[in-house]
Amino acid sequence: MARINSPFELEELRKQILSVRDPNKPCITLCAGSACNASGSREVARSLEEEIQKQGLSSTVDIRQTGCHGYCERGPIIVVGPEKICYFQIKPEDIAEIITETIVNKKVVDRLLYVDPATNEKIVHEHDIPFYKNQERIVFGANSSVDPKSIDDYLAIGGYSALAKALSQMTPDGVLQEVKKANLRGRGGGGFPAGVKWEGSRNAPGDIKYVIVNADEGDPGAYMDRSLLEGNPHAVLEGLAIGAYTVGCSEGYIYVRQEYPLAVENIFTAIRQAEEYGLLGENILGTGFSFKVIVHQGAGAFVCGESTALMTALEGRAGEPRPKYIRSNVVGLWGRPSVLNNVETWANVPLIINKGADWFTSIGTETSKGTKIFSLVGKITNTGLVEVPMGTPIKDIIYTIGGGIPGGKKFKAVQTGGPSGGCLPESLLDLPVGFDELTKAGSMMGSGGMIVMDEDTCMVDVARYFLDFLTDESCGKCVPCREGMRQMLKILTNITQGKGREGDIELLEELAETAIEGALCALGKSSPNPFLSTLKYFRDEYEAHVKEKRCPALSCKELISFYIEPEKCKACMTCARKCPSDAIISGKNLIHIVDQEKCTKCGTCFDVCPPRFRAVTKISGVPVPPPIPEEARTIVREKQK
Amino acid sequence: MNNEKIDQIIDKHHSEASSLIQILLEIQSEYHWLPKEALERVAERLQVPMTRVQHIATFYKAFSLVPKGRHEIHICMGTACHVRGASRVLDTVEELTGIKPGETDLDLKFSLQTVNCLGCCALGPVLEIDGKTHGKVSPAQMAEVLKNYE
Ligand SMILES: Cc1cc2nc3c(=O)[nH]c(=O)nc-3n(C[C@H](O)[C@H](O)[C@H](O)COP(=O)(O)O)c2cc1C
Ligand code: SF4
Ligand code: SF4
Ligand code: FES
Ligand code: FES
Repeated sequence: MARINSPFELEELRKQILSVRDPNKPCITLCAGSACNASGSREVARSLEEEIQKQGLSSTVDIRQTGCHGYCERGPIIVVGPEKICYFQIKPEDIAEIITETIVNKKVVDRLLYVDPATNEKIVHEHDIPFYKNQERIVFGANSSVDPKSIDDYLAIGGYSALAKALSQMTPDGVLQEVKKANLRGRGGGGFPAGVKWEGSRNAPGDIKYVIVNADEGDPGAYMDRSLLEGNPHAVLEGLAIGAYTVGCSEGYIYVRQEYPLAVENIFTAIRQAEEYGLLGENILGTGFSFKVIVHQGAGAFVCGESTALMTALEGRAGEPRPKYIRSNVVGLWGRPSVLNNVETWANVPLIINKGADWFTSIGTETSKGTKIFSLVGKITNTGLVEVPMGTPIKDIIYTIGGGIPGGKKFKAVQTGGPSGGCLPESLLDLPVGFDELTKAGSMMGSGGMIVMDEDTCMVDVARYFLDFLTDESCGKCVPCREGMRQMLKILTNITQGKGREGDIELLEELAETAIEGALCALGKSSPNPFLSTLKYFRDEYEAHVKEKRCPALSCKELISFYIEPEKCKACMTCARKCPSDAIISGKNLIHIVDQEKCTKCGTCFDVCPPRFRAVTKISGVPVPPPIPEEARTIVREKQK
Repeated sequence: MNNEKIDQIIDKHHSEASSLIQILLEIQSEYHWLPKEALERVAERLQVPMTRVQHIATFYKAFSLVPKGRHEIHICMGTACHVRGASRVLDTVEELTGIKPGETDLDLKFSLQTVNCLGCCALGPVLEIDGKTHGKVSPAQMAEVLKNYE
């Protein structure tokens, strides 16, 4: 690779890359994101390469392995270009047919197409599939057209043109004004305006300053930062470099969790390639601007995502937060002005520079501009990453894009904002997503986790779950967080175990108040949110647990029993065979009985009892009926009569 | 454990104290745990107090101060997996292996660990054994899956 010495040379290189690429040449794109890999994408890739060799097509078709396309539910995913024919849930055995039919004979393989559940029609193209059609993927969309290990792929879609533009046509102040005008708010949680943060650092005294990417993504159940870094690392690097130029930094850091090995690998590759081209390093594009990026792997601690803790961790110490009398953008890493932004925030920057603040502010609501990527997971038909304009009603995300709740179950709540966020009930489904809208409703945008819950999810357990998570993750430095949370967890656990007492709810409310007032960092301050929001919208569930020792969702282990209804049991023995605890008293032609003493309440019998019998039920709040007498247990079958 | 390997890792990071966490991560990925001698060597070469090395080795979840089993099980307890029944899977694995998260069994066969989102929420509940992901697992399947490990 030759070094690029000016914005002009960059454009020349881009032209050259595009000139050897034939837009009409067939290209098979395979998703190799984490979820698709887990569902067999690597094996598919191998058979793809073999088959193309075998059929002698190596020079007539391209293969591209990309990061996550978002529709992880249906992986592994193949998109055949240039037509963008979409095939889902591909197995290695399907490859020969795809190549023979679609590549050679130019025909669509019907059986691998997406079937619209609403109309039962098969859909050929990606952009017609409801999951994609209703999104606006300005940041995430590029994932499906670049191989993250190829900087040329990124250049082919216009990559680094924003950096070139900023460096050669704009002053740092000009860039700053554009970002401020765009009102880009932080995508990592609080929604603080990026431009204002940058300005603070830019104006702070000192020659050495830093820009930092927060890729810790400690939120359980959220994976958009991971997918962006894995799938399109150059977009993050480009944004970071633009930020560095604006603020006046020559060094930047990427703090990425070690649990994300593919993201770490891809970001290292991306930095090396960008350095070789001279898009990072000394004298970038011959403009005199130099900028170096260092990757730092985190070692797994949620609190390290907090800005001051993260910077402490970067210094090689245990990542504990400190009080923020002075903001980190003035006194941060090694006591120097440091701008910390989330992965997605940085990835938005090149778009704003290229297309302008006016374009950016044309998307979104009054106070929340642009799009947001959500991790739509839980009890939802189409699990995956979705990007929508701010202001999109939650209902559209869950039903139009997400396809609603699977298994004919009823929607109960959607949890947003991670452990610091809250649960929203059905009555708030029309709420448009935006930083302020969600906060007003008692939840939060957070990093964009959107966990859908159905009638089988117990809201008291959800609150307990988050407190358990946070108790585990608290650094333990301050008392309200360390002790208060432990007490709250203890009380909530008691409630879910049927040991709740009158007054517990009020005590929890009091403890919540203290944490909000007294904790040192945002982890502690926001820790009561999951409890407070579930209490606000689902108080009856709390009361059922405390007063009636009943779990209305039939989920809390200690409050439910598994029971086989004698009239429904057909003695098929399925449950007895699968029960891991030998807790089912069974026998040929004998109605089965659950031995309540031995039962560990794993729920396997409930899951495996054939749907046409549905003999296993869950009981809560009332005693389990006594087992039927021995002599009544024999079933006399029709044909045996 | 050999000092040479550890020294190599330290040298790669130019014996800089600010790289302490990165160095420990590399040692951990080499040995799957952090032997005491390794910690002492790191403290000595980076010239940081042993208490600070120990603080870090206990603060971060990635580090283990006891030897790990031959097979590492990571069960996802992220919210997406939780609402799809991850705790029932964990219960079953605990029962089958006789160990709790953070522990290793006496035969050094399995180590069990919980994690908070493996980025495969669509396949939840998810667990990883020796880096291989198993998706949509049910408690009933766990006995089958674990049987395949020696
Ligand atoms: C306990 C805690 C954990 C956090 N974890 C993350 C995280 O994993 N990723 C992230 O981008 N921000 C996280 N944040 C928010 C950061 O502190 C910080 O506000 C953010 O990275 C700033 O970037 P933004 O303005 O672009 O959102 C966390 C905050 C707290 C209090
Ligand atoms: S609130 Fe919790 S996590 Fe934050 S500093 Fe206090 S103890 Fe640590
Ligand atoms: S819940 Fe689990 S342990 Fe209890 S009877 Fe059913 S399968 Fe057996
Ligand atoms: S990993 Fe393939 S679509 Fe998400
Ligand atoms: S919550 Fe388990 S993989 Fe995301």
